[in-house]
Amino acid sequence: MGRHVRWLIFILALAIFCVWVALPETTGLQTGVNEDGEPQYLFKVQQSLGLDLVGGLRVLLEAELPPDAFTIEDLRETANSVSRRVNALGLTEATVQIQGNNRILVELPGLHDPQQAIEAIQQTALLEFVDFTGLRGYDLEGEHILTTEQLKLLEQRGLDVESASEEAMLNPLTGQPFETVVTGAGLQAASAVFSPTRPNGQPEWHIQFSLKDEVAQEFADFTERATGEPMAIVLDGEVLSTPIINGRLEGTSIITFGQQSLPGESPLETARRLENQARTLALQLRSGALRIPLRVVSAENIGPTLGRENVEPSIRAGVLGVLVVLTFMFVYYRVPGIAADLALIVFILLNLAVFKLIPVTLTLPAITGFLISIGTAVDGNILIFERIKEELRAGNDLDQALQLGFERAWTSIRDSNFSTIIICAILFLFGQTPGAAIVSGFAITLALGLIINLFTAVLVTRTFLYVLVGVLRSSLEKRQWLLGV
Amino acid sequence: MFNIVERRRWYFLFSALIIVPGILIMIYSTATTGAPFRLDIDFVGGSNYSFQYTADGPTEGDIREVFRNLTGDEVIVQQRGEPSEHKWSVTAGFYDNDTQEAIRESLAQLGPLDEDSFNFESVSATIGHEVTQAAIAAVIVATIVITGFIVVAFRQVPNAFRYGVCAIAAMLHDILVVMGVMSLMGIVLGWKVDALFLTAVLTVVGFSVQDSIVLFDRIRENIPRYLGEPYEMIVNRSIWETIHRSLATQLNAFFIMIAILLFGGDTIKQFIFIFFVGLLSGTYSSIFIAVPLLVSWEKGEIPFLKGSGTLHQDAEFAEA
Repeated sequence: MGRHVRWLIFILALAIFCVWVALPETTGLQTGVNEDGEPQYLFKVQQSLGLDLVGGLRVLLEAELPPDAFTIEDLRETANSVSRRVNALGLTEATVQIQGNNRILVELPGLHDPQQAIEAIQQTALLEFVDFTGLRGYDLEGEHILTTEQLKLLEQRGLDVESASEEAMLNPLTGQPFETVVTGAGLQAASAVFSPTRPNGQPEWHIQFSLKDEVAQEFADFTERATGEPMAIVLDGEVLSTPIINGRLEGTSIITFGQQSLPGESPLETARRLENQARTLALQLRSGALRIPLRVVSAENIGPTLGRENVEPSIRAGVLGVLVVLTFMFVYYRVPGIAADLALIVFILLNLAVFKLIPVTLTLPAITGFLISIGTAVDGNILIFERIKEELRAGNDLDQALQLGFERAWTSIRDSNFSTIIICAILFLFGQTPGAAIVSGFAITLALGLIINLFTAVLVTRTFLYVLVGVLRSSLEKRQWLLGV
Repeated sequence: MFNIVERRRWYFLFSALIIVPGILIMIYSTATTGAPFRLDIDFVGGSNYSFQYTADGPTEGDIREVFRNLTGDEVIVQQRGEPSEHKWSVTAGFYDNDTQEAIRESLAQLGPLDEDSFNFESVSATIGHEVTQAAIAAVIVATIVITGFIVVAFRQVPNAFRYGVCAIAAMLHDILVVMGVMSLMGIVLGWKVDALFLTAVLTVVGFSVQDSIVLFDRIRENIPRYLGEPYEMIVNRSIWETIHRSLATQLNAFFIMIAILLFGGDTIKQFIFIFFVGLLSGTYSSIFIAVPLLVSWEKGEIPFLKGSGTLHQDAEFAEA
């Protein structure tokens, strides 16, 4: 008896701990409050929810280069640039992960404008200031040109220089690629600025930037030499604008770009588009050029509506299902049923706490896996209780029946759970394929449920049952129907 | 005690009546569409869109026109829910970001598009190919590991090999039932096989084996206990001793699944339905296929497989 009471105390303490972890939205040891009045935590856990529940964007990007043209270091640097761009979008729980040796997975929960985000992430953003000496009077804005810097990158990446130079324009004066003066890598700072009063009377957006010390001198010298000549500002090979250099440029300068409205656009729409364009460009320049150009290989965007539509019914269905199971166990097995129901509640609390602590990201399939594990969690109890009933019918007394029931059912419970756990492991591995990631959540919650169940169905149920039997012994021995016989 | 295994031929016939039409449907589907199932973009690549207009919006033709103009593709447009909800879903090819943006803008021009309800998913052919390969690998590994597990679990029982084969037969039975149902649903309701379908099938396999193991475990235990009883009797007794457990367990799983089917989110219902069918088949097959097969084998009723009758004879020998 003493042993069971000790277990009972342990289980109750565990259950209370689980309630403390699982129920509040944010659990932790609060150590104080910061300047903004937000609580600070020493140890903090929060349930993370998948994109299908909160809405958002998941994009898988793949290097647009042959595998031998870049190193893992380049990929890491590219992921860092992507990460800086994503953070600048102002999202709180964005994640950027490298997958395999040529892919980057980006997850942006709560994002509203997927296309703009993909654009902001994906642009290579190779910015160049290009020498256009002697080209005054040529209208090259919007043209794709080939520069010395681009040639250098093409060679580095082992790409075909010939075909690239056929597509892009060469310097009409020399027949050679244009001369790059400085690239975006030399930028110190860049921001989108709105100037309401331009000399021509039209308000416009432009990019204000300053250069790092290493290249500032070079740039100043060049602008001094080429005063009166045009200079091209080129982004990803496309000529954005060709301002005429007024004199030696030092300190902060600006980049202007085409500001025309598109056909059929209202002035407000034009203003909004230009603002977006300026902000995106400034962001890309700040976060640096991507070392590796990326293409989207799969994308998933879930609107916030679908997320909301999914969560509530699933939780309602889960609660309803659990209530039916609890009722069934009580009606069918009586006193042991009460023990099983208590164990099932401990099982659910343990699972919820473990999801938060590991942490497991809850998606719809993950919730389904958890619900199914609840449905099958009572299997262990049923095996034991059926065994106990048999032993009682065979004429054993109550204590013997309980002991034999738990002993003999154990191998069945262990072996039978094991086959599903193996399947879960295989499914989890299958879910590591980028296109099947949704499967992992299901496999993890189902497997966790089965493992936790090995503990609750046997140990926790036994403790509750022995304590109940200890209290109700005399009536149970007289009325065997209370044991479901 | 009602003799369950005695009527085994009827159970085999019943299963055949479900499995054979299922196979015929799969053959029909392969002949007409080139595949036994409709494969979702997870496996073949492409994109799925779903969106909703807040008031009277475009017609099916308008939406198809948007895709035709921007991509040149003939896409599949379906209305979901009640016509008054203005909910649509579209299955199309894999497009780059600019095209997708253009598609979204054009759709918004057709009517009052609810931006918050706009969902899309796109998978390139490469990724689809990788998922297909991973899926095939998962099925092969699962088959090998489960077979190995059964052999290990029954290594101490005489004729362990037979138990393994019968459990696997029950597992194949369940897979065929589920595949037949899915093929039918593909033709009738346009359901598509995605990564979650495979998940449902493999999990059903896990539970099916779980059921068979509990039953076999009881047979293993009863053989030395009822020495001298014919094998068929021992098996029948074992079924009756475990049938409460089987039914009670399945019932609890069904409570949860029915709750999800009736009240759960839409996205997951197809998955739960397939799971439900598989679990039903799994319960049936462990009692009415796996165990009766053991008896048929023992009695030498299966062509080319000679029943040695060893269990029975061993028992008599031991008694003597």
